[in-house]
Amino acid sequence: MSDTHALPLTNGADSPGKLNFYLMHEHHPENGTLLGFWLYLMSDCLIFACLFAVYGVLGRNYAGGPTGAQIFELPTVAINTSLLLLSSITYGFSMLEMQRNRKSATLIWLGITGLLGAGFIFLELREFLHLISIGAGPQRSAFLSSFFTLVATHGLHVTFGIIWLITLMVQTGKLGLTPENKRRLMCLSMFWHFLDVVWVGVFTFVYLMGVLP
Amino acid sequence: MMFNQPDITKLIFGRLTLDALPLHVPIVLGTMIVVMLAGAALVAVVTYNRLWGYLWHEWFTSIDHKKIGVMYMILGLVMLLRGFSDAIMMRAQQAFSFGSNHGFLPPEHYDQIFTAHGVIMIFFVAMPLITGIMNFVVPLQIGARDVAFPFLNNFSFWMTASGTVLVMASLFVGEFARTGWLAYPPLSGIAQSPDVGVDYYIWSLQIAGVGTLLSGINLLATIIKMRAPGMSLMRMPIFTWTALCTNVLIVAAFPVLTAVLALLALDRYAGTNFFTTELGGNAMMYVNLIWIWGHPEVYILILPAFGIFSEVVSTFSRKRLFGYTSMVYATIVITVLSYLVWLHHFFTMGSGASVNSFFGITTMIISIPTGAKLFNWLFTMYHGRITFDVPMLWTIGFMVTFTIGGMTGVLLAVPPADFVLHNSLFLVAHFHNVIIGGVLFGLFAGINYWFPKAFGFKLDEFWGKVSFWLWLSGFYFAFMPLYVLGLMGVTRRLSHFDDPSLQIWFQIAAFGAGLVALGILAMLMQFYVSFRRRDSLRDLTGDPWGGRTLEWSTSSPPPAYNFAFTPLVHDLDAWWQMKEQGHSRPESGFIAIHMPKNTGAGIILAGLSTAFGFAMIWQIWWLVIVSFVALIATAITHTFNYKRDYHIPADEVARVEAARTTLLNNHV
Repeated sequence: MSDTHALPLTNGADSPGKLNFYLMHEHHPENGTLLGFWLYLMSDCLIFACLFAVYGVLGRNYAGGPTGAQIFELPTVAINTSLLLLSSITYGFSMLEMQRNRKSATLIWLGITGLLGAGFIFLELREFLHLISIGAGPQRSAFLSSFFTLVATHGLHVTFGIIWLITLMVQTGKLGLTPENKRRLMCLSMFWHFLDVVWVGVFTFVYLMGVLP
Repeated sequence: MMFNQPDITKLIFGRLTLDALPLHVPIVLGTMIVVMLAGAALVAVVTYNRLWGYLWHEWFTSIDHKKIGVMYMILGLVMLLRGFSDAIMMRAQQAFSFGSNHGFLPPEHYDQIFTAHGVIMIFFVAMPLITGIMNFVVPLQIGARDVAFPFLNNFSFWMTASGTVLVMASLFVGEFARTGWLAYPPLSGIAQSPDVGVDYYIWSLQIAGVGTLLSGINLLATIIKMRAPGMSLMRMPIFTWTALCTNVLIVAAFPVLTAVLALLALDRYAGTNFFTTELGGNAMMYVNLIWIWGHPEVYILILPAFGIFSEVVSTFSRKRLFGYTSMVYATIVITVLSYLVWLHHFFTMGSGASVNSFFGITTMIISIPTGAKLFNWLFTMYHGRITFDVPMLWTIGFMVTFTIGGMTGVLLAVPPADFVLHNSLFLVAHFHNVIIGGVLFGLFAGINYWFPKAFGFKLDEFWGKVSFWLWLSGFYFAFMPLYVLGLMGVTRRLSHFDDPSLQIWFQIAAFGAGLVALGILAMLMQFYVSFRRRDSLRDLTGDPWGGRTLEWSTSSPPPAYNFAFTPLVHDLDAWWQMKEQGHSRPESGFIAIHMPKNTGAGIILAGLSTAFGFAMIWQIWWLVIVSFVALIATAITHTFNYKRDYHIPADEVARVEAARTTLLNNHV
């Protein structure tokens, strides 16, 4: 199925009709990194799926505490969401520059992506600190436990994404757009867009639906 | 206040005090001294023979899938001894603890033992053994030089080993969970289990889980991307097929375990309310989530065992496997269905007739593809020229035993019957019947079958047969009484009984456990005797059983590069066809072979993870921070290493292959 090798069926002239059982030159199997990374992303996606399911079960168990409608500040979340969505676009620009083999432009777009991600994390932390300060911390109710866990897991992913991004910027800066570095940037690209997709879910299911009565 | 004496101690050692050592529990103290002495003796022997360098360069840092596979197998077999000593303590306790006799284990100790037994047997025996066999066999069966991500493979192994270290540490420093092997809340919550037992449980499984997940991804990518030219999916050996499905299950199930254990950890460490009984928490959600992982987990274990039996049956019947295609589809159907049955583990939750019926029916449906497999094995044997070598004995023992276990499983799948049998010894008998009779017998068949490939000599047949008959009879003596007791209403996890009429059944079960103990001894004896007799048991051809798949086409043990030339596949039984058509092994024209380089990063990262886990368990916060930062820094540093491969020069390949040519010519 995934096998597209042309198969030399016989040994040719010296022994007609006899099957050839050995490949006499070096065999280069396809590189599995992108597939492996996809598999990892899907397994990570299942972790988020669990957290969403948990939020689905517990999301209205306020235990007499604050509700989503009372604590969610949609304007802040809207800014936050725009920052993250924008960072996906800038990562896309960086990939376009990478394909043109323009190292400094790639790095500049990566830097902008990282700054947008850092802005996102800053606003998220501010929201968390605010909630905790008004007594709506993760211990207050099952709703808040599941809210904090889902959103913070996403935030933790973004944080690691930023660390990874800085690492790749250093490596690309030092060694240039080598095939290895391009592959790594592709993996991070998939990771970054994946986090964006997850955030769209968080924004919709947690924030938008959370403020509904 | 901040800096008085006790606070500094707490700052440095967290919750860890001298009381954590088992100085006042003679049984544990004795075990600890024996283990420490044995460990010291091992270190002394290794040091005396100057083997550290050899172990480090040839094994610990090796990214060779064959060596990693062997290390997994050793880990699993060592932990089998630990898990079994827990088992025999439970059998002994239950055989004696009647009426005024309270046995030799106090309840809080007994509870740790049954928890540790379950956790160790599933996570640190069955999983490493299954992963080890897949690691060793799959690349050889698909004609590859290694797995898709060789470094990741080494790292995965060491993460599994790291989890094992934490589980073993709990025996001597502190205590293990007293909650049962799945640690249901609220019992596993901080209010009911304030000590470190559940934390040991959480962190050992989380760390080992990282290894399992990464190895699942690795083997999937390997099977999908690295098959030899010509090996389409429907020409893949059946063991590789089952490995493919098992790794799909690993990648799709283990994240759920990671998530649910993380939530339990948050409840315990951060005071959240996921599974608590107050402020809106829901403990049944834990039970649901953990079984959404847990049910696929049992198929993760059994599918590769099915694959092993399929290989063994066709090899020792001298026939092509009957119904290969149906075998493949049966495996796929089981893979899918394994996600639709989790609720049968708690019909008594009270989810209502419709939900219970749905899960009861899906459970019963699984017996159809499984039955199809059984008939395929029978028809493979039919008209075959069967030889009763040790792997075949295990296979036949499995076919009988597993069928019984499968039938009691279908009984349990009927919700009204389950309301009676839930949490009884009938259930305990059922799952031991399928896990021992299925998974373990499969692993033993696989070990006997592939041992000559790994080490170049066969295992001794006499001790293999002794071990087989002791295990088989021991199993029936140990678990058939539990079916009887379960039907009489005895529940699991009891350390003391009042009704003396039950005692005889527990004594029979204890006798069975004794037979199994002898079976394990016979197995160790088998390894020892085979090693002593290795010259007469030597496999010179690389094909000791008359095998059918590619792993038998290379030498035993295979060279580091597995195949001097990548094989071309034209048929399902590729090696059989090569032999039938009188292939000639190329003896010249060798080329340099591109291979990955060893690295110590895996063992270092896993060592830091062990420190991190230990620090989390004992709440030694400075060590948590230090080890975590070190983990990230080491991982990043490792990515700066771009020189990860080398070439085995053509002369070297030619030399190795010429030696094999001489060997083969002398043999004939």
